[in-house]
Amino acid sequence: MSFLEVRNLSARVRGAPDRLLRDVSLSVAPGEVRGLVGESGAGKSMIGKAVLGILPRAVEVLCGEILLGGTDLLRLPPAERRRRIGATCALIPQDPLTALNPSRRIGPQMTDRLVDILGWTRAKADACARDLLAEVQIADPDRVLRQYPHELSGGMRQRVLIASAFAAEPKLIVADEPTTALDVTVQKEVLRLIAGMQARHGTALLFVTHDLGVVSKVCQSLSVLYAGMVVEDTTVRDFFRAPAHPYARALLAATPKYTDPDRSLVPVAQDVLDGVQAQVDAADRGWRNG
Amino acid sequence: MRDGRGQVRRKVGLRLWLSAGWLTLLLLAALLAPWISPKDPLAQDLFLGRLPPFWMAGTEPGYWLGTDSLGRDVLSRILHGARVAMTVALVAGTITCVIGAVLGLLAGFLRGWVDIVISRLIDIWMAFPPVLFSILLIAVIGPGLWSIILAIVVIDWTRFARVVRAEAMGQGAMDYVASAQVAGRGRMGTMLVEILPNVLPTIIVLLTLEMGIAVIVEAILSFVNLSISTDDPTWGGMIAEGRTSVHQAWWVLVFPLITLFLTVLSFSQLGEGLKDRFDPVLR
Repeated sequence: MSFLEVRNLSARVRGAPDRLLRDVSLSVAPGEVRGLVGESGAGKSMIGKAVLGILPRAVEVLCGEILLGGTDLLRLPPAERRRRIGATCALIPQDPLTALNPSRRIGPQMTDRLVDILGWTRAKADACARDLLAEVQIADPDRVLRQYPHELSGGMRQRVLIASAFAAEPKLIVADEPTTALDVTVQKEVLRLIAGMQARHGTALLFVTHDLGVVSKVCQSLSVLYAGMVVEDTTVRDFFRAPAHPYARALLAATPKYTDPDRSLVPVAQDVLDGVQAQVDAADRGWRNG
Repeated sequence: MRDGRGQVRRKVGLRLWLSAGWLTLLLLAALLAPWISPKDPLAQDLFLGRLPPFWMAGTEPGYWLGTDSLGRDVLSRILHGARVAMTVALVAGTITCVIGAVLGLLAGFLRGWVDIVISRLIDIWMAFPPVLFSILLIAVIGPGLWSIILAIVVIDWTRFARVVRAEAMGQGAMDYVASAQVAGRGRMGTMLVEILPNVLPTIIVLLTLEMGIAVIVEAILSFVNLSISTDDPTWGGMIAEGRTSVHQAWWVLVFPLITLFLTVLSFSQLGEGLKDRFDPVLR
């Protein structure tokens, strides 16, 4: 039984003729790490935002279901939806520089959810935050809790964000390109941190990324998106062994390999793009005809 | 992992001290004017007309900054003028700030139809020529302290609303707002706890600027004789009177002018200084 199940989710920018998400279905089992890959604009982040109820105001969900622990979020009244998401889900955002409120101290920002939604006492929430900061290898948790975000480096902030996402054992964490804004050396460290935390806490993770290398390191299953359509839904092992969809195959072939640095970059071939685009067009025709 | 950014501290700047000092002085002058003025600001004495300030030849003791053409003491009139100036600055500035900031915050964060209504209102409002608008307003409701304050509020709330709206929009797009919403914070809570503290430094700068502007507007309205009754001394009124005799008695014009200038300058510098203190990133 999956903890998160997205069924036939379609969304579009209000008033636009074309859909942004085209009948997206995917599921994340408890403790599973699912990668969500695709080129930029493919709708990876939109799925994560839809799950967490933070879609931009201009985007409307047309149809579909987002089942969280068996309940369809889209059918709940907003306050109840917010409470339910807040109690079981968390977000690791993309850009650590804007993901912390610059005018609030780290401590309250980490513990808001625990106090407001879960009804913990301040003292218990503070102790929890301290333990989590220690777990992500921050040297002086008490000091960091009292600091403002600008007093921390980007890597430190990303650690704080990871720590607060794991506070109070959420069932599902959406990681929205958590390593994209970091430089490569920090990336590796942060990735190891997320994987370690995930393994210890057994949290399900929806890992949005455009980096197949990252997927191979942390994920067990993955969904490949093209133009808001899931073109491949498989386990990581099967994907790297033999991708089924031609686009997925081309994507894998296009990944640069550090074992062969002299090889020139391979773009996804035009006929593959034409093929997958035809598939998208066919889906849209079916959509328009009812 | 640790880094050393936490230790940096900014000093309270000289300009914050100077501007706060001057404004405190003025505030005291305004409060204590009846007791500390050397002369009655309204007492005329044609035999003592156009006395020069104390360091020049031909002065009378007690008239430190000279007298105007009717023999009224310039220093006493400046001190009493501070009452009107400070009242207008504080009251009009604050009311303008609250109205404009609330509307701007609502428009910038809630967006949607709220934003459309408020933004169109601002656009329409700003199409009126402000000086004519205020003169018209005062002509209709009659001169007086509260008319000036009302005129300033009515004209200037758009300044706050526009800037705060833009700031709130920018802050609303940040990832931390999304994080707060995932963590279950409602719309009003997000606006007050997450957005407002980040817009506050801007609001403070605007507020102090507005106080300076209020002083200038009061002076302009006095200058065209639309301020409070002509009996009460105001800086603008003094400048208007001093203008007519600037060749014979420059001090009647220059001293109120310097006071006005320093006051407006102090307000804007106070704002900049306070912003640095309030902004966690600059602190």
